Amino acid sequence: MKAYRQQRNNLTLHSITFVVQHAAMISVCVIQNSFAFLIAWEMIALTSFLVIIFEHEHIATIKAGINYLIQAHFSILFLMIGFIWVASKTGSYDFEAITSYSASIPVSASFMLFMFFFIGFAIKAGFVPFHTWLPYAHPAAPSHVSGIMSGVIIKIGIFGILRMLLLVKTDFTSVGYLILIVSLISGLYGVMLAIIQHNLKKLLAYHSIENIGIIGIGIGIGCIGTGTGNQVLAALGFAGALLHTLNHALFKSLLFYTAGNVYQATHTMDIEKLGGLIKRMPQTAVLFLIAAIAISGIPPFNGFVSEFIIYTGLYNWLSDASLLSLLAAIFSTMGLALIGGLAMMCFTKAFGVVFLGTARCELPSSCKEVPFLQLFPMYILAVFIVLIGLFPVSFISLLSQPVSLFIGTGSLMFNASQLNALNAIQPVSWASWILILLVISIFLVRRFVMSRHKISTGPTWGCGYVASTPKIQYTASSFVRTYSKLFAPFLLIGKHEEEIHGIIPSEGKYHTHPYDEVEKWLIDSPLKLNKSFMGRFLFLNNGKLQFYILYGVLFILAVLSIPLIYQNIYSFIGFLKQL
Amino acid sequence: MLSVLLIVIASIFFTGIIIRTKSLASGRKGPGIMQPVLDVIRLFRKGVVYSETTSFVFQIAPTIYFASVIMAMLVVPFGQSRGVLSFNGDFIFFAYVLALGKFFSIIAAMDTGSSFEGMGASREALYSMFAEPAFFILMGSLALLSGHTSFQEIFAALHIGSQISYALAALATFVLLMIAMIESSRMPIDDPKTHLELTMIHEVMILDNSGFDLGLIFTAGYLKFAIYGALIVNLFIGVIPYQYAIPSFFAIQFVMAVAIGLIESFMARFRMSHNPQFIVALTSVSLLIFFGVLLILQKFM
Repeated sequence: MKAYRQQRNNLTLHSITFVVQHAAMISVCVIQNSFAFLIAWEMIALTSFLVIIFEHEHIATIKAGINYLIQAHFSILFLMIGFIWVASKTGSYDFEAITSYSASIPVSASFMLFMFFFIGFAIKAGFVPFHTWLPYAHPAAPSHVSGIMSGVIIKIGIFGILRMLLLVKTDFTSVGYLILIVSLISGLYGVMLAIIQHNLKKLLAYHSIENIGIIGIGIGIGCIGTGTGNQVLAALGFAGALLHTLNHALFKSLLFYTAGNVYQATHTMDIEKLGGLIKRMPQTAVLFLIAAIAISGIPPFNGFVSEFIIYTGLYNWLSDASLLSLLAAIFSTMGLALIGGLAMMCFTKAFGVVFLGTARCELPSSCKEVPFLQLFPMYILAVFIVLIGLFPVSFISLLSQPVSLFIGTGSLMFNASQLNALNAIQPVSWASWILILLVISIFLVRRFVMSRHKISTGPTWGCGYVASTPKIQYTASSFVRTYSKLFAPFLLIGKHEEEIHGIIPSEGKYHTHPYDEVEKWLIDSPLKLNKSFMGRFLFLNNGKLQFYILYGVLFILAVLSIPLIYQNIYSFIGFLKQL
Repeated sequence: MLSVLLIVIASIFFTGIIIRTKSLASGRKGPGIMQPVLDVIRLFRKGVVYSETTSFVFQIAPTIYFASVIMAMLVVPFGQSRGVLSFNGDFIFFAYVLALGKFFSIIAAMDTGSSFEGMGASREALYSMFAEPAFFILMGSLALLSGHTSFQEIFAALHIGSQISYALAALATFVLLMIAMIESSRMPIDDPKTHLELTMIHEVMILDNSGFDLGLIFTAGYLKFAIYGALIVNLFIGVIPYQYAIPSFFAIQFVMAVAIGLIESFMARFRMSHNPQFIVALTSVSLLIFFGVLLILQKFM
């Protein structure tokens, strides 16, 4: 394949659609009319499809693109049902009508209405079980597009859900519990599958599902807070969710961009073939490391701040009286802690295998650091990741307006100084500062002490074995082997094995290819059923022109004759009714 | 501030006591109690050898690991006196800052390109992942019981009054002790004195560290033990005045060290494949604590 920059025709179309895509995304956020909203939504779907299939000479890319296109239209279908439902009852496509209509109908009906919107937006956001397009579209797209898709487009889904929470008047408590459960499943399932991926971008795509889960946990507890009148919980939940939305946009784009650098330098995304890139691409490696620490929710970077707010919300919720909410709170805490641990495992694997050690396969000789201009945008992202981690208070005060929309009344102004539960954010940032100062000072002491001693290098200690090769290194699969055995019931890992046998051993092979259990049951099985049902009508499609003309004639006859005999049919039905 | 001082003092003796107990139990005289500290001082004076495979990650990792343990130490209170840093939800920071240290020690092990160290790294990542929910549920239960969300307020408000709360305190001690074992890679999860790299976890991750870096890692390990010891002590000394609290702090730390020494002398390490089950069982124990708290607060109505 040629370098992206030399595919001129491709690039022209790509750039145009890229701009249109951004325009559509911005318009989705400002439009207040459901009809125009659907048009902008459709524009996002179509332009995204075009930008995904940039490498259209690969069949996998086209497949991923079409997969995305179909699922995006399922999203539109659900939204359309929701909007038309409201419009048919009120005759208005204005967003205001949704509020007034949903307030006038019984709670169960407005809950249904919200569910249509929720499913529509959840497909875009990538909540499990609507996530199956993500792991295909993200690796297939060029990395800058993957960054935008993961950083912005799936956040448009989150935006949609938040927008509908403001518009639809329904029982927020049950909505909250529903979102909380879906999000916990998304978070755990996303990261559980991320760990076993061999393709770096697919790994990151599954991680987006996990982070959408974390955002959803925030939204869920926020809704429950609104529903039960617990304003502190609502504020913490929505603030955590919104901040994590921004944070995830920052570090996930950075991760995809750095993955793009790796792809550009090595022409592969298979992490089992990479290794030791930190020596060839030190700046990319540091950027990836910053993002990896941030996404694992570890201080002193931004991921910790938003997860901290969500944790604070969950622990705050524990002061609630009812048994159900206590159980929900403790299990959500458990889930969030487990997600954090799994994310750490996933990113130590990704960073360790891709950038550290030595190369597992021979890398192309042109593998070197990308030019500075290409790194510059990534540095900007990294700076924001660090800034939010170190100065969270100023960013949280930016959230005060959107969050006060959700908690309703202005009685509780949302900012760090007035909301007691958020008092902790200031000390957390101090703690991050102290941590950084501590690291620097210990490092300086270390340098001072070491300058007086001998520093030598030698081979890695091989426990007595001296002829080690890069092949002996721990691979990504071996790193997660114990894990994948333990979590086997939830995972679907296809294995292909050829054992070594014979006196003169033949070549042995061992392949694993992870697959998605949800995809198997939700997408593949119904499709298979559908296909076998539709196969019964294959005889119609017999390839003879005469028959096709006959079908056409029959169709025209039917179209012409049905109005003629309509009256008869109508009276016949009336006759049947009389019987 | 008091807690930092006490933890540092305790950490000086703690590992020495464990080693001494083990040697006495096996009929040897054993090294002096200060030997681990002397070892560290000796390491600080030594030169270092780096593997050719490693990058700067390997060089900064011990520093960050050490700093993360220090940060964790700063939020631990002692009875009525706050930690250096004390805020709502400081235990979340405690767990996550320790995770930062773990993150770096894992990637440093991966940096050497050694399969043994990769093995250790993989195990460390897996076990610490399983241990995390147990800690968060335990702290959640204590937060629910006391109505506060910072270490110091939780511990100050804990009153061991009724029989059921004794049971809870015992269970909480067990959970914290086992988390301490997992975090500091001791028996029954990991055997620091094993002679085969294949069966190690923590020890195998630091095979390539030497000199100052190794000294930092050892010191961090000693401190970690004393930190968890201090947390356990805190469960019991809520409102006791200092003249009793400080001696009991050292007494409990001493008992803990002797107990660990005895466990390590008379018990074999679990099979690696049994470790995850054990650690997940820990989560269920902490859930038990949670239900116990619900019972105390009479939520089952």
